[in-house]
Amino acid sequence: MGEPFSGPLPWWRDRRVLPWLMQGAVALVVLLLIAFLLGNLVRNLSAAGMLLSFRWLQQPAGFDVSETLLPFDAGLPYWRALVAGLVNTLRAVLVGLVGATALGTLVGLASFSSNALLRGLARAYVELIRNIPLLLQLVFWYFVVFLALPNGEAALQLPGVVLAKSGLFLAWFGEGLRWSGPTLVEGVWQAPLRLTVEFSALVTGLVVYTGAFISEVVRGGITAVPKGQWEAAASLGLGPLVTLRRIVLPQALRVIVPGLNTQYISLAKNSALAVAVGYTDLYSVAETTLNQTGRAVEVILILLGAYLVIDLAISALMGWFNRLVRIRER
Amino acid sequence: MSHPALKPPLGTRLRSELFGSPGNSALTLVLLAALGSAAFGLLHWGLVQARWAVVRANSTLFAVGRYPLDQQWRLWLLTALLAAAAGLAWGLLRSHPRRDRGGELWPRNDRIAVVLLAATALAVPWWLRLEPLIQARWWGITALLLLVRWAAGHWGQRLPARLLALLPLLWPLLYLVGMLLINGGVGLLPVPPGDWGGLLLTLIAASFAILLCFPLGVLLALGRRSDLPLLRWGSVLYIEFIRGAPLITLLFLGQNMIGFLLPGGLAPDRVWRAAWVLTFFAAAYLAEAVRAGLVAIPPGQLEAARSLGLTVPQALRTVVLPQALRVALPTMVGQFISLLQDTTMLSLVGLMELMGTARTVMANPAYLGRNAEVYLTLAVLFWCCCAALGLGSRALERRLDPNPAS
Repeated sequence: MGEPFSGPLPWWRDRRVLPWLMQGAVALVVLLLIAFLLGNLVRNLSAAGMLLSFRWLQQPAGFDVSETLLPFDAGLPYWRALVAGLVNTLRAVLVGLVGATALGTLVGLASFSSNALLRGLARAYVELIRNIPLLLQLVFWYFVVFLALPNGEAALQLPGVVLAKSGLFLAWFGEGLRWSGPTLVEGVWQAPLRLTVEFSALVTGLVVYTGAFISEVVRGGITAVPKGQWEAAASLGLGPLVTLRRIVLPQALRVIVPGLNTQYISLAKNSALAVAVGYTDLYSVAETTLNQTGRAVEVILILLGAYLVIDLAISALMGWFNRLVRIRER
Repeated sequence: MSHPALKPPLGTRLRSELFGSPGNSALTLVLLAALGSAAFGLLHWGLVQARWAVVRANSTLFAVGRYPLDQQWRLWLLTALLAAAAGLAWGLLRSHPRRDRGGELWPRNDRIAVVLLAATALAVPWWLRLEPLIQARWWGITALLLLVRWAAGHWGQRLPARLLALLPLLWPLLYLVGMLLINGGVGLLPVPPGDWGGLLLTLIAASFAILLCFPLGVLLALGRRSDLPLLRWGSVLYIEFIRGAPLITLLFLGQNMIGFLLPGGLAPDRVWRAAWVLTFFAAAYLAEAVRAGLVAIPPGQLEAARSLGLTVPQALRTVVLPQALRVALPTMVGQFISLLQDTTMLSLVGLMELMGTARTVMANPAYLGRNAEVYLTLAVLFWCCCAALGLGSRALERRLDPNPAS
């Protein structure tokens, strides 16, 4: 087709030049776009008199952060408020991870039960939870379940645990390291360890939601182990529980751990929805900070950076765990 | 699959699975008791205690938000158009059996779907206590869908092939017409995005993001697999940046920083800011799904296509991508389902989609404490939409499977 070939190829058709030409064009467009956006950013920010600076972090925050582990009051600077929010996020994520793993593993194992009803229930739980938005589930737990709990005598009472509208009360080491449970003092529950309903609703929502996804990861991992492994173990006289623990799980973990990593990161990111149930996590503190200072760029940079660090930390931890459980072949 | 004759009958199987051993029987009884009491509690609450007026009185608000009443005929027209298009596509699917086994005109699943559709069209408007005229409109729209389905099923084969080839263009065209109808302009009274709300806004945001994230995601996936280092690292950087951040922080970024990033006055409306953020967010996740599909295609495919004389873009478009997208389909639909669910987060940046509407409705003192009714209704709505998408995806998967199992 076209003209018969004559003479050397023009340089722009050279296979060694073409890719670089294309990349150069793409890079140029992207750089121009970035320059355009950054130029606007600098112009708009300087027009508003708010060039990039982090000095405002030292100013007093003027708002309170509820239920912090570190002592906090409104007179402390913004950076302390953000740290308090970060600690709250980490607390919810850590408890959520443990709970979701436990629930997910149980449900994942239940889907292999010999009881058809239990299998069906495990399936129904996954299908129910996966098709309803997490935000909807969180507000449901908070407004419909936890805020509807009674207070005082009528509160839900189990040994060592009391669940009331005023919070979740747990037995723990009280004064003088004495183990003590929740007590009712003049109609008000008191305990060495009290969790707010906001925290409880957030963690419950995250655990129930992520648990459904983790159960699928666990189920996939166990299905990936060939059936012959079960049969071989049974023929050696091992019971089903021993087979699961010593034969199947070590092999399934290879498949499970990367899947868990994804779910853990998504749980950490989803914890930012705490703002919907009134738990003051990092995102909620950042939102208040932005509203008060107007420092949009700095606050968003801090926010994105913090979540990136959390994600990377989880990935690093799971990478280490993956190496730990790797099957050492001889 | 075991031979059906070798399987014991259902009754025997159930008895052995539920009451095979004393432990099993005890577990079954405990579970049955728990299920029974939960079902009884839910029924009792739903029929006796719940006050559904909060949903019934606000059904228009939940459906379209503050869309002007005298312009709502545009939305009805759009719904009718969509129903007709859906009926057409459904009917043609059955009248042109490709790999569908049997190739029946009305397979069992379709008959179930018809019954479900008719029951929904009758029951939901009645339950919501809509005005008789509006109830009748829903019946009419459902009848239109079924009628077009029937007609396309019967006479679809007589349509010329050239017309059928144009059919995929129907959907983007319908999308443009729909946006025109919703937005106004060109002779219609403009309705600003701030007045869109409820399910309408949820669907606009989700469909906009799903449509636009697809090309973007495919490009990013190809970029990530490219030999050109600049393209590859650019794509990796973008994908990992987006995937490392919670969606809510990105929406927050969209609402608060776009104004600084664009010259004054050019920044889009709050609704479109959120829709674009959703699009860019979804593109990164979609790119990963498509990449997994690309990895699954042996490199020999591209090499064979190249040796036949196709250029790289031609080979990608006609040989590699069709196969890769088929592999990626289940994951992609999963992403779309979670995208539909993620639209609820728009309420956290002050937009009035379904969740935002729920919040405003419950701020009304007349409906104080009616959280359970509202949230349960929304949950049922989302569950049905997402489950239907999942079912559709599995059906499409079977249809596209080049090596059907039976």
